[in-house]
Parts: sequence; structure tokens; C-alpha cells
Amino acid sequence: MPAVQETVERVKRIDVDQYRYGFETLIESDKAPKGLSEETVKFISEKKNEPAWMLQWRLEAYRRWLTMTEPTWARVDYPKIDFQDLYYYSAPKPKKTITSLDEIDPEILKTYEKLGIPLREVAMLEGVEPKPGDQDPNRRKIAVDAVFDSVSVATTFKAELKKAGVIFMPISEAIREHPELVQKYLGSVVPTSDNFYATLNSAVFSDGSFVYVPPGVRCPMELSTYFRINERNTGQFERTLIIADKGAYVSYLEGCTAPQRDENQLHAAVVELVAHDDAEIKYSTVQNWYPGNSEGKGGIYNFVTKRGDCRGDRSKISWTQVETGSAITWKYPSCILRGDNSSGEFYSIAISNGYQQVDSGTKMIHLGKNTSSRIISKGIAAGKSQNTYRGLVTAHRKATGARNFTACDSLLIGDKCGAHTVPYIEAKNSSATFEHEATTSKISEDVLFYCIQRGLSQEEAVGLVVNGFVKDVLQQLPMEFAVEAQKLISISLEGSVG
Amino acid sequence: MALLEVKDLKVRVEEREILHGLTLTVNEGQVHAIMGPNGSGKSTLSHVIAGKPGYEVTGGQILFRGEDLLEMSPDVRAAKGVFLAFQYPVEIPGVATMTFLRTALNAQRKARGESEYSTPDFLKKVREVSKSLGIPQDMLKRGVNVGFSGGEKKRNEVLQMALFEPSLCILDEMDSGLDIDALRIAADGVNALRSPERAMVVITHYQRLLNYIVPDVVHVMSKGRVVKSGGKELALELEASGYAQFEDAA
Repeated sequence: MPAVQETVERVKRIDVDQYRYGFETLIESDKAPKGLSEETVKFISEKKNEPAWMLQWRLEAYRRWLTMTEPTWARVDYPKIDFQDLYYYSAPKPKKTITSLDEIDPEILKTYEKLGIPLREVAMLEGVEPKPGDQDPNRRKIAVDAVFDSVSVATTFKAELKKAGVIFMPISEAIREHPELVQKYLGSVVPTSDNFYATLNSAVFSDGSFVYVPPGVRCPMELSTYFRINERNTGQFERTLIIADKGAYVSYLEGCTAPQRDENQLHAAVVELVAHDDAEIKYSTVQNWYPGNSEGKGGIYNFVTKRGDCRGDRSKISWTQVETGSAITWKYPSCILRGDNSSGEFYSIAISNGYQQVDSGTKMIHLGKNTSSRIISKGIAAGKSQNTYRGLVTAHRKATGARNFTACDSLLIGDKCGAHTVPYIEAKNSSATFEHEATTSKISEDVLFYCIQRGLSQEEAVGLVVNGFVKDVLQQLPMEFAVEAQKLISISLEGSVG
Repeated sequence: MALLEVKDLKVRVEEREILHGLTLTVNEGQVHAIMGPNGSGKSTLSHVIAGKPGYEVTGGQILFRGEDLLEMSPDVRAAKGVFLAFQYPVEIPGVATMTFLRTALNAQRKARGESEYSTPDFLKKVREVSKSLGIPQDMLKRGVNVGFSGGEKKRNEVLQMALFEPSLCILDEMDSGLDIDALRIAADGVNALRSPERAMVVITHYQRLLNYIVPDVVHVMSKGRVVKSGGKELALELEASGYAQFEDAA
């Protein structure tokens, strides 16, 4: 028996004993003890009632993580994170039942209003219990699987999805109810050993969404998840896994709003997408984590690994993101174009203001024949922020006929911010066609004055010009998100000029 | 009644004085032409009236309906009825002309405490006006001035003038870059907007434009001052004899 395996077996035995004795005391607490250890990993797994194989998987990731170091190649600067000073799990406190929107903090309501989020959704997000028989005829067909402090507490539209055969549930439930699917796909796109943050996530992920769309099924509604952070000092480690089987289609929307915080919060999510033959996955994100205050204090650290695998022929994966929040964004939603004739898309708007630092982009890895990819990136830097696009386009030796088109545009507002473009392009197959375009421009005083002379305020003028700049990408978002994103862009740039 | 009163206006740009005490009064219903050679300060005057940043007013005042215009931000001036037709209208990629028009019009109306236009009312109004100016509908769907010809850009300025119904229109070198046909179309649009409640200030190098937009009063500017004022015949006189005779007068 190899040494590693032996250790694993031993730990497993110890684990069982500890479980027996430790369970009672641990369950009293809502939080895992501070810091990260095998105990923390076991605690989380126990909390979730996970099968042994899942705990094993986590522990392997944890041990691997111990041997890894934080990546430092991104153009971001932040104080060293003390991983032992964080909590890795917190269940939501039993919420006092709210029966009306009046009981919610008016400040929070104001943010929702600015964003134009319908009250019904606010009610859902804030956990307002509807009165029995209270049916809103105008409710939109968006299934909201709301994540509060790491645990999914609300899931809607389940029945309709079930009828179509679509599985949409918290991943913690999927681990118990559909272990064969989870075991088959989890870590198959982003392996536990992938990178420092993904490995950390694999060890301690708390919850997230699981979607499986069976062969030939077009998911009957947009799937949407709102993530929020409420608990102070709690790292958020979401894990999302979406599988579109042969010929299936699904569109998934992820949106975030976070209340103000003055301590840095670590967020290291992993999203894995798998598209089989002729399947299509559209994944849209509107990210609005707390970016820190006007002096650059606080704000979320967002270290995310998102990757899609176009595993089947003619499959397609499309990422659309609107990034406005976070103190630090480190995020590269990527596509592995494995199947022949598969295609990947990346549409991105990344806005940085104040002291925000964004290092974001994509990787398009062409492996199959006649694969194609398209990258449209719009970076907007204001205030004293730094905004970097970092992208990799690569064609494998066997990727005959690979095609890529990349357009990176940066817009600068003011003269204390920076925009950077770092494209990596590798073609190992002589038939590959890669195109790259990049522009950097400043928002012109003449353009602003023109708008203001027509009656727009300075801020309205900036909002209008910026929304024009990002239009190509906004159009990729589902309608209701596009409207919300448009407003968010204006809010994010408030106070960026004058 | 005096709509615009510029009194002894002194303006600097980065330490250099451009206007050295300019005085001008424009009454409601009048069309004034301001002529003068390059560098005489014509465009500076139009920019300062509209409130463009980068100019320092060191003396004098500008009254609009008796109110101190220099105290108002440029968007407030716009809502009050000051409109500047730009010499070089800017391009705003990604913002459909129609969206821009509606955003601007509603911003002005909101600032005045008026109700915003409903979409059908707005569309009806835009169609009417654009038709009279020979502006095709598909032009309104394109980004503001993006890929427009010189003539189209100027027609777009006139379109905005017609939509916003300002009480003071300043036309800065409207004829620059236009061929004779384009000039005639734009000028016809402007003439259609002449009314007893509205005043216009037409800034130009050449007398040519004034054949189409016939002014009530002509001013000659030189070295940052108005050096001569007269009727429309003054423009013809200038065309014949040039600006040189006024250089000394300044």
C-alpha cells in the first residue's frame, strides 16, 4: 500500500472516532473554529452530512493546499492574508422571521431600489416570508436559489424544473441525492490541485449551486443565484457545478450585492461548467461586492476560478460578466475547447473606481479541430484604481483550424488610474487564425461637455458615455440583468469625476 | 426685451487673456451674426456662454433674462434654454442618437420641473422634426454622430435645436465643412426655428452663411472685442474689403 494511501486510510479511521465523540459538541456552534486545519475540513463535512468519499476529497485537497503557495503574478497588491485568522464555515443564524419589507434596513432597500431589483426579489433575498395565499401574478420566471452566509435557504420553482428533468439544487444536497453525478463531474474541470485558491475552495467549500440538464432538454427558465455575505470575517467558498448533457441548453445568472463592510473578506469561489455534444451553457455574472471605502479600506478579496469544459463536439460555452465591486478581483473565466467545432465566448465589463484593483480576463484553450473563440473585454478605470486585462489564447498542436478574435478596449476616467492589457497568444498549429485588437482611450472632456450642454449632469454624462462604451457586452446579458447592470455601472462610477 | 447681455467680459485661458472687455446685447426674436478673423475670440465667447470648462472669467458679467449665467452649471444653462450648436459635434459610440435625444430632452424637462415625455409622444415628435430636416430614421438608430458626414452632423445639431426648443441658439461656425447643398438644408432648418421668442447668435468667418440665415445685426470682432456693429449690409462690406481695416481699430 503506498504511503499516501496508508495515511489516508489511517486518517479515515481516526476521523470516524472523532466524529463519534466530537459531533455533539461541535453541532452546538454555528461557526467552525477559527483557522484552517483538518479539523475544520471535517467539521464542515460533518455539518453537511457528507458521505465519506466527499470528506476524503476535501482532505486530499486540504493536504495539497498545504504544499502550495499563493500566486503573485497578478497586478494586485494587498496585505498578506492570514489564513488562520479566518472562519471557514458559518451557518446562518436562525433568522427571525420577517413578514414585511418594512422591517428591512432602509439603507439596504435603497441599494436595491437604485439597482431596480423588483421588490418581490428583495423580499426573497431578505427572507421575507410570504403570507399564505399571497400570489404575485407578475412574478417573473427566475428561479432564485438564494445563498445566505454559505447555506442555501430558499429554492423556488423546483417543481417546474423537476418536470423538465432539470436538477437545480444546493450542491450540498446534490452530494447526498445525486452522488453519482457529483462524483463524476466535481473537480473534472477544475481539479483539486489546480491553483492555490481553487484547492482551498475544494477543501472548505460551504455550498453553492448544482445544475444538471438532461440530454435534449432546454432549461425552461433562466437560473439565477444571488450570493451575499452577511457574517463578519467569514470566507466565502462557493462551489458551483453545471452540466449540460448532450443537446441541452441552460442559461445561468449569478448576481451579487453585499452590504458595507470595513474588514477584508476573502471570497474564493470555484465554478465548473461541462458541456457535452451540441450542448450550450450561458453563464452571466453581475458582481457587486463591497469595494472598500473611499480610502481603500475594507472591501472583498475576490479570488475566483471559473472554467468551462466544451467536452463534446459542437458544444458552446459563453461567459458574460459585469464586474463592478470587490477591492481585489482575480478572475479568469475560461473555456477548454476540447470537442471538435466547439466554441467559447467571453464578454466582460470590468469597472474599477476608488482604490479597486482588477486583474481579470480569460483563457481560451483550443484543443479540438475547428474550434472558435471570441473575447470582448471592456475595462473602465476611474479614481485611483488599476484595471488589468490578462488573457491567454492558445491552440494545441492538433487544433487544426482554430480561430480566435479578441478585442480589448480600455477607458480611463481621470488621470490617477491605470489600465493594462496583458495578452498571451500561443499557436502551436500553423492553421490557427488569431486576431487581437486593443485600444485605450480617455473619456474626453469634449464629449462630456457636449452631453452636459444638452442638459445632462456630469454624472449622467459619464454614465451615458460609459454605457455606450460597454454596449456590445451589455447586449449579451439577459434583458432584466442588462437593465440592472446598466444602473449598476452608473452607481459604480458615482463621484468618479469632478 | 434683452435676452442675453454680455457686459465688459474678460476671459483668460491659461494666463492669456482672450476677451478683453466684450459687450453684446441680444434681444428676443433677433438674429445676430458675429464675424471676425481666426483668433478674434468668437469661439471663446460661445464656449463661455455655454459654460465650457477651461476658461477663467476675470471680469464683467453675462446675464440671461436678467439672471447671472456665470453662476449656473452648464446643464442648468441648457435647461434654462441656452443651446450651443458645436462647430465639431463629438461622436459618442454605442449611444444611439434616439437614446441620446430622449435622455437629454427629459433631463432638461426634469430640471425645469416639467413631466418627462412618454415614449410614443417623444417618437412622434422626433419623427416630425427629423422628417422636416430630411434626416432618415436609420440615422437616429446609429451612435451619436458616429460615421455621420459633415452635413449629417450639422443636421443632427439642428435636429436637437428643434427638439429642445431653446430660447437662445448659438451657432458656432455652422458652415465649416459643409458643401453648398448641405449648408442650405441646415440653414433652412435654422430659419424654420426663427421666432419672436427665440434669439440666435450666428458665429461665422464668411458672409456666405448669412445669405441663407439673414441676420438683424452684424458684429465684427477683433482681438477679443466687438469693434463694429451694424445691419446685415455690414457683412457684405466685410466680404468685399476684408477684416484688415478693423485690426487697427481694436
